[in-house]
Amino acid sequence: MSKVLGLTGDGAVAYAVKQCNVDVVAAYPITPQTLIVEEFSEYVHNGEVHTEFVCVESEHSAMSACIGASLTGARVFTATASQGLALMHEMLYIASTLRCPIVMGVVNRTLSAPINIHCDHSDMMGSRDCGWIQVFVENAQEAYDWVIQAFRIAEDPDVLLPVAVNLDGFILSHSLEGVRVLDDEEAEKFVSTRKPVLTIDPDKPITVGAICFTDFYFETKRQHVDAMDNSPKTISKVNDEFAELTGRRYGFIDTYEMEDAEAAIICLGSTAGTAMAVAKSMRAKGKKVGVIKPWVYRPFPTEQIIKAVENLKALAVLDRACSVGAPYGPLCSDVIAALYREGIKLNLFNVIYGLGGRDIRPTDIEAIFNEALEVAKTGVIKEPLKFVGVRE
Amino acid sequence: MSESKPGWKSIPIAGILLEPGSAMKYKTGSWRAFRPVIDEEKCIGCFLCWIYCPDGAVIREEKSVKINYDYCKGCGICANECPAKAITMVEEKR
Repeated sequence: MSKVLGLTGDGAVAYAVKQCNVDVVAAYPITPQTLIVEEFSEYVHNGEVHTEFVCVESEHSAMSACIGASLTGARVFTATASQGLALMHEMLYIASTLRCPIVMGVVNRTLSAPINIHCDHSDMMGSRDCGWIQVFVENAQEAYDWVIQAFRIAEDPDVLLPVAVNLDGFILSHSLEGVRVLDDEEAEKFVSTRKPVLTIDPDKPITVGAICFTDFYFETKRQHVDAMDNSPKTISKVNDEFAELTGRRYGFIDTYEMEDAEAAIICLGSTAGTAMAVAKSMRAKGKKVGVIKPWVYRPFPTEQIIKAVENLKALAVLDRACSVGAPYGPLCSDVIAALYREGIKLNLFNVIYGLGGRDIRPTDIEAIFNEALEVAKTGVIKEPLKFVGVRE
Repeated sequence: MSESKPGWKSIPIAGILLEPGSAMKYKTGSWRAFRPVIDEEKCIGCFLCWIYCPDGAVIREEKSVKINYDYCKGCGICANECPAKAITMVEEKR
């Protein structure tokens, strides 16, 4: 029987990790992720888990320790945010191309300067191309559910890629919610234990991380792409099994009222919840608006997004990160690339919002919906890239 | 060169080498632009070159040394350290 616990977003992640038979956690505290490793270290201290908790001196060391542990065949978790993820940057690529199925909680916080501890997606977007599977969640329940699924996805022999589960700093990490959790036995049965394919073992020596020049590097990277391309099969399979166990159905994207929507918002993370609430009240007034929330950002859900926008006349793409100097924000660039590849011409505009934790209010969302409805009606895009919530 | 080697579908994942001791098979001598040549008449058998060689490419013998040109990358540290000036760096002509 499942029960409901009052958990913060960070607490939900820590609780999920506690139930996942994790062998090694190597982590360094950083706001707003600290609660995850703090709460998890209590589980270790209380003897509730068998995990080896490695206290390291930096996030670079944390990821290095995770890679080493993962190569021995251990199930590994870590968590970080912002500057911590940035400090891990070079190790992220090593973890993914060495095919270490590490699961990491990324509690999204902006990057300095100016120094700021609040939410935006600059941290993950800054490491967007690190070759990890990347998931964004809307609330603490989704954080819990995706962490449990992440171990299964990462460790599948057809995938063997690390997974980053992103949750919005403070908005989710420090907000208390009712989270429906699995019984320990149910969770344990679902995640089982890791069945490693190739491990470092003194009795059967292999070499990992050898130098690899012009003659083999490209092939290794091509394999990495192939693993990512194969991952959707595993992600769907795990989503199906999880739905069977919990009744909670995940996929590559979540949609709200998209069947007959004329205008829609697509965005990542907690903002999707606000957008859905606003869409609901606008629907009551007869306005045909909908919401698309990608759960999985890498591999990019091209096919699912194409299907979701089939009947749409206008789309507002919301980015909580800014790619300074680029034509659009990161999510918008991906959406446009996906549409272009399928030959779909859809009127859309990009909204950069919420940088450094700036609130995005329901009234802001409503104005964006109204602008999208106007674009749907006229076909005229006044501002292809706009900033919402910043003072002039 | 790259065409004659196996492709991404057949090599082990993640650049892993399944066979131990395989570095011996990867001959790096071709990187060399200058080759150390020992003048055995001048060599005093101090073995400083053997100690200093960062690649273990100087082979110690009873009275003098030999260079393993399969792995010597031509860095010239041996010639620099030799107190008897017995090692000359000669340009490789390929």
